[in-house]
Amino acid sequence: MARKVSVDISRRGTAQNGARNCPGCNELLGQAQLEANAMVCPNCGHHFRMTARQRIELLADSGTWNEIAANLRSADPLEFFDLRPYPERIEEAEYETGLSEAMLTGRARMNKMDVILAVMDFSFMGGSMGSVVGERFWRAVEEAIETRYPMVAVCASGGARMQEGILSLQQMAKTTCAVELLGEVPVPFITVLTHPTTGGVLASFATLADVIIAEPAAFLSFTGPRVIEQTIKEKLPPDFGLAESHVNHGQVDLIVPRLELKDRVVQILGMLEGGVACALEPLWEEETRRPGRGGAFAQAFDRIKTLARPPRRPS
Amino acid sequence: MHKRLTELKRLPVLPGVHLKDEIAKISHRLMELGSSRHLDKEVWDKVELARHPKRPYTLDYIEHIFAGFTELRGDRCFGDDRAIVGGLAAYQGRTLMVIGHQKGRDLASRAERNFGMPRPEGYRKAQRLMWLADKFGIPVLTLIDTPGAHPGIAAEERGQGGAIASTLMCMAKLEVPTVAIIIGEGSSGGALALALADRVLMLENSVYSVITPEGCATILWKDAGEAHLAAQTLRLTSEDLAGLEIIDEVLPEPRGGAHRDHAAAARILKEGLEEQLRELETMSPRVRKKERMEKFRRMGVWKENGLTLF
Repeated sequence: MARKVSVDISRRGTAQNGARNCPGCNELLGQAQLEANAMVCPNCGHHFRMTARQRIELLADSGTWNEIAANLRSADPLEFFDLRPYPERIEEAEYETGLSEAMLTGRARMNKMDVILAVMDFSFMGGSMGSVVGERFWRAVEEAIETRYPMVAVCASGGARMQEGILSLQQMAKTTCAVELLGEVPVPFITVLTHPTTGGVLASFATLADVIIAEPAAFLSFTGPRVIEQTIKEKLPPDFGLAESHVNHGQVDLIVPRLELKDRVVQILGMLEGGVACALEPLWEEETRRPGRGGAFAQAFDRIKTLARPPRRPS
Repeated sequence: MHKRLTELKRLPVLPGVHLKDEIAKISHRLMELGSSRHLDKEVWDKVELARHPKRPYTLDYIEHIFAGFTELRGDRCFGDDRAIVGGLAAYQGRTLMVIGHQKGRDLASRAERNFGMPRPEGYRKAQRLMWLADKFGIPVLTLIDTPGAHPGIAAEERGQGGAIASTLMCMAKLEVPTVAIIIGEGSSGGALALALADRVLMLENSVYSVITPEGCATILWKDAGEAHLAAQTLRLTSEDLAGLEIIDEVLPEPRGGAHRDHAAAARILKEGLEEQLRELETMSPRVRKKERMEKFRRMGVWKENGLTLF
C-alpha cells in the first residue's frame, strides 16, 4: 500500500509556481492561466492535480466553507523511523502545503445545497491515510448523519500511511464502518476519484460510495504500477489504471470533466434525495422545512417512518 | 554519535549548508547499531516464523479442529479463487462458516494457491459465504495468512480495490458473531479485508502490518534488503499489536512455534475461538454491531488541541 506512483505524477506536472509545459499538448501554460481554468489545460483539457484549497474553491460556493475537526494533528505513536523521523516529515509537509493534514473536512454549500465535504490533497505526504485522515472522515460522517446533509469525498491518495503502520491499515476498517453508518440513515454519499487514487483509500471509502465519479485520466489502482510491473515482469499497457479503463470494466459509474464537476455532483445528489421526496409530493408540501436540518430526502424519509408507524392507526 | 546528531540538529539553518543528508546518514547508522544488538533479531525471527514453510495453514486448522468440513467454492460471478478457502464446518453440534487465506506447500500447490494472494473473485467468494452464514445465523471465523492481495492487471480490472472495500463493508454489516484470527502473516488490505471482526486474535508468532517489511523497505529505503529494519519500525508482532490495542488477544503457540506441533497449535486456536464465541453469543446482534463500530472508531492515535489521544 501507499505505493509510489511517481512515474505518473512527474508526467502530470507538479504544483510549483511558474509556467510549465502541459504533459498533454506540450503547450506552455502559466500558473495564473491554469488556476483560472480549474487547473485544466485550456488547450487540450489535460487535468493537472489540484490542491485541497483549490478543490474547495472549485466545489464550495464562495464563503460557505466551514472546517470540521481542523484541530486534529498527527502523532507519532510508533516512533517510526526510516531515513527521517516521521514528525520531521509531517512538519515539512505542513510547511510545504500549508495544510494540517492530507484531508480537510468541512461543511459547505454547493449551488446552495448544503453538503459535507471531505477533500484530500496528494501533496501532503502523498495524500496518505493515517489516523487523522480516518478520524476527520469519521467526524465528517457524524456531521452528515447529524445534519442529514449529503456527503461528498474527493479522493487523491497513495494509500495508507506507512509511518503509522498498522494504525493506518485500520483506518480502512474505520472509514468503512463510517460509510456503513451513513448508509443506515441513509445519507447520500458520492466520491470523486482524482489522480491518483490508490491503495488503502481506493480499497475502502473511495469505492463504497453510492455513486463513484472519476476525473478524466485519473490513475486508479489498488497496487501501484511499479509493483505490478515487477511482479508480471513486463511493461503495463498505456491505458492501465486510467479512469476510462475502469469505466469500461464496470468499476466506476461515470467520468466527469472538472469544469462540470460541481454541477454534476449537485445534480446527482439532488436526484438521490429526490427519489423519496417525489413520491411524497403532497405530504411534503404540508411539512415546513426544519431550518438548517436535512435535505428533502431526510425529511421525507422521516415522514415515511411516522406514516408507517402512526401511534393510533386503525388496523 | 548521538551527540553529533544532536549537535547537527541544533545548528541554525544556513543558506547553502545542507545537513539533512548527514543527519539522515547518522540517524540511520544509529538505528542499525541499536537494532542489530538485540531487538531486531527477535522481530525478524518472528517474521520468519510467521512465514515458516511448515507452519499450519487454514486447511490444517480446519482438519484438526472440525469434525466435518464442506468446502463451498466460487463467487458465482467469475471464478473460484484458490487463495481463499471457505465452507461449512461442523463444530460441537452446530455449524461455523470458516473462511481463510490458503497457501501451498510445494511448488505446484503454491502456484495453485497463488502464494495466498487473493484476486477479486476470492474476496467476492468470501462475501458470498459471509452472507450465507448471516442468513442462517451461523457465526463466521476468518483465518488470515497472506502477503497481500494479488498484484496484477486483470485483478485491477476486475476491481481489486472495490472487492476489498466491499468485503470490509460486508464484515461491518454482519449480524452474526465474527472472529478473525491472524495465523501467519497478515499484510496490507489483502489481510484486513477478512479482519473487520467483533474479535481479532493473533497467534503469538504471527505478524500483522500495513505492508510487508520488504515492500516497506523498497518504498522508504529504496532497498528491499532493509526489510529487517522496516520490520522493526512497523511494529508488527503480536505483542506490539496487543499494546496498541489493535487486537483483542494473543494466543500462545507450542514451544518453538506452531510448525512444531500442528495439533497443539490447533487446540490452542480452538480454545481461543471458543472463549470468544461464548462471550459474543450472549450479546444481541444489535449490541454486537454497535460494539464493532465503536471498536474500529477508536482505532488511531492523534493529537487534538495539543493532547495526544488514543
